[in-house]
Amino acid sequence: MSVVVRTVARLLLAPVAIFGAYVVMHGHVTPGGGFQGGAVIASAIALAVVAFGAQRLRKQKETLSVLEDVGATAFAVLAFLGIGVTFFYNALAGTGGLFGQTVPIGPNPGALNTGGLLPLMNWAVGLKVLAGLGSMVLLLGLLGGDDDR
Amino acid sequence: MRWLRIAALLVVFGFLLGAAVWTRPFGEPRATGMDDHFIERSQEEVSANNTVTAVLFDYRGFDTLGEATVLFCAVLGVALVLRRWSR
Repeated sequence: MSVVVRTVARLLLAPVAIFGAYVVMHGHVTPGGGFQGGAVIASAIALAVVAFGAQRLRKQKETLSVLEDVGATAFAVLAFLGIGVTFFYNALAGTGGLFGQTVPIGPNPGALNTGGLLPLMNWAVGLKVLAGLGSMVLLLGLLGGDDDR
Repeated sequence: MRWLRIAALLVVFGFLLGAAVWTRPFGEPRATGMDDHFIERSQEEVSANNTVTAVLFDYRGFDTLGEATVLFCAVLGVALVLRRWSR
């Protein structure tokens, strides 16, 4: 792509990725969550693929693969944490520890340190979605066309 | 044959028209027990303000697991279809 596109992409990549990370991290407080934030970060990867060409990102395929493995494994492990009661039981909610603060019943401004396993699962699913969609776009760019501009 | 086609078209059109006219009004579901449970209890049971996230990752966690599997299968399908097969 042209110099204009590459410069704008270089400017926009970090804000888009940071906004996606924000959506993932605040999934249990504000609208959004792992899927949506992961898709936003994957759109940053798609922007990079379009602007810089898939061949320059060929090395990142392994990184995305590892990230997807980590996300899927973390999600399953977090689901197994509450196996004492049932699969997908929220074992950390309301215990006072990590993300264990309780919220007041009714309308309230919201607190970040709540939700139990929900924020951790949001991170896991966010990793999985960004790696999945990102590697899908990267594979389409790498294997789809012969011309690499 | 031609009249059969027109009759079938009219029947389908009438069915869709009836479904559009006699649909339930928006925001008045027939059964509200499940919705009320989630809306009233999610704050004390999951200690999360976001009821949607509470449903997605706690009450219906299996559904999210299935969605993650669907995503994995989509990546697998892209890699499988676009792969350059060695001959």
